[in-house]
Amino acid sequence: MSKLICIEQVAEFLYDGMVAMFGGFLGVGTPEEIIQVMIDNSVSNITLIANDTSFVDKGVGKLIANRQVTKAIVSHIGTNPSTGKQMIANEIEVELVPQGTLIERIRCGGSGLGGFLTPTGIGTMVEKGKQKLVVDEKEYLLETPLRANIAFIKAKAADRAGNLIYDKTARNFNPLIAMAADMVIAEVDEIVEIGAIDPDQVITPGILVDKIICKRGC
Amino acid sequence: MKSLDAKAIIARRVALELRDGDVVNLGIGLPTMVAGYLPQEVHVVFHSENGFVGLGPADGTINPNLVNAGGQPAGAIPGAAMFDSAMSFALIRGGHVDVTVLGGLQVDSDGNLSNWMVPGKMVPGMGGAMDLVVGAKKVIIAMEHCAKDGSAKILNKCTLPLTGKAVVTMIVTELAVFKISKDGLILEEIAEGVCIEALRSITEAGFNVSPTIQTMQGF
Repeated sequence: MSKLICIEQVAEFLYDGMVAMFGGFLGVGTPEEIIQVMIDNSVSNITLIANDTSFVDKGVGKLIANRQVTKAIVSHIGTNPSTGKQMIANEIEVELVPQGTLIERIRCGGSGLGGFLTPTGIGTMVEKGKQKLVVDEKEYLLETPLRANIAFIKAKAADRAGNLIYDKTARNFNPLIAMAADMVIAEVDEIVEIGAIDPDQVITPGILVDKIICKRGC
Repeated sequence: MKSLDAKAIIARRVALELRDGDVVNLGIGLPTMVAGYLPQEVHVVFHSENGFVGLGPADGTINPNLVNAGGQPAGAIPGAAMFDSAMSFALIRGGHVDVTVLGGLQVDSDGNLSNWMVPGKMVPGMGGAMDLVVGAKKVIIAMEHCAKDGSAKILNKCTLPLTGKAVVTMIVTELAVFKISKDGLILEEIAEGVCIEALRSITEAGFNVSPTIQTMQGF
């Protein structure tokens, strides 16, 4: 069965209350057309897992500005004033996670691991509520895996099997979220025939990708 | 001293700490100025937390997918390498970054750093800062000596939420260079025309004076 769907079909997989992982670093590497479908369908009460909440007019920032997100698990909110305002008004719950810890939690969630030990956050408020372990006389925090209902990826190109390649700094979280969600949808700039991507160049194996959308006009 | 001059002095001095071949991560703000003061013969590799080494100045070709950690257009020098965020932070945490230069709100005599949050006023999030301070081999804090209201930033004990505990190697301000040792702060360099007593009056933390104290380099 073909993995290719048209943009409107994304709506079939959306629902209020969903836990959604998004690729992107300050909006670069976020699937903007999928974001628009979520806005058009007024999906609400989203738990967002991403590096940051971007800007009010870019990437996941638009979902925040549109008040569709009720919880954000991110490493940074400073570039989106709407996140801060909603947080102060208790309209959005923000869980701030160090970026390295966040990406490793996602990697563990996709790799069948129960957790990992990191020195990041020792001595800071990040310790709160977590187990601290000492290994070889060094202190670590026990961090737990993160998974999502759905992961939305932006990639440069896909072949029809779903193998993905990325462009420069638009890669960031995308290859990791591809492993850690029950459904994975990739929005790409170009679709190529199976065999067109050298196996050594594939970054995300197609077996991880459920649906592919080509951006409008491709 | 004008704040802009202060920033230039700090950046210029920090640049002298970088060695040929170092892998360096510069935090946003003042630290990014350090790249502009690298001596000609010192070639370092800049790591950008959003997923590459070989960060360079934007060269005019617009690729919206090539940005630095502040989201601004960037360049990639020949020999650059791209990777995902898990690799980026494995490089950071795994000790593969030789030097990180970060801004600071407060540093104390135990080498604790606060630079990510002012409760009730500024909560941007920690981003990659907490990983950088535990992972980089050398952590240089580049900051103005005092806050805008004149209060001290080098304290006996940080009062703001910590970014890291006992992580700072070196502090560079427009007035002084300090190293952090297990016995506290050591004053290594002092700006020309500034006397130690005056420095003590605007530095809350006590400090020892290095036996090899010299005038601040890089002027």
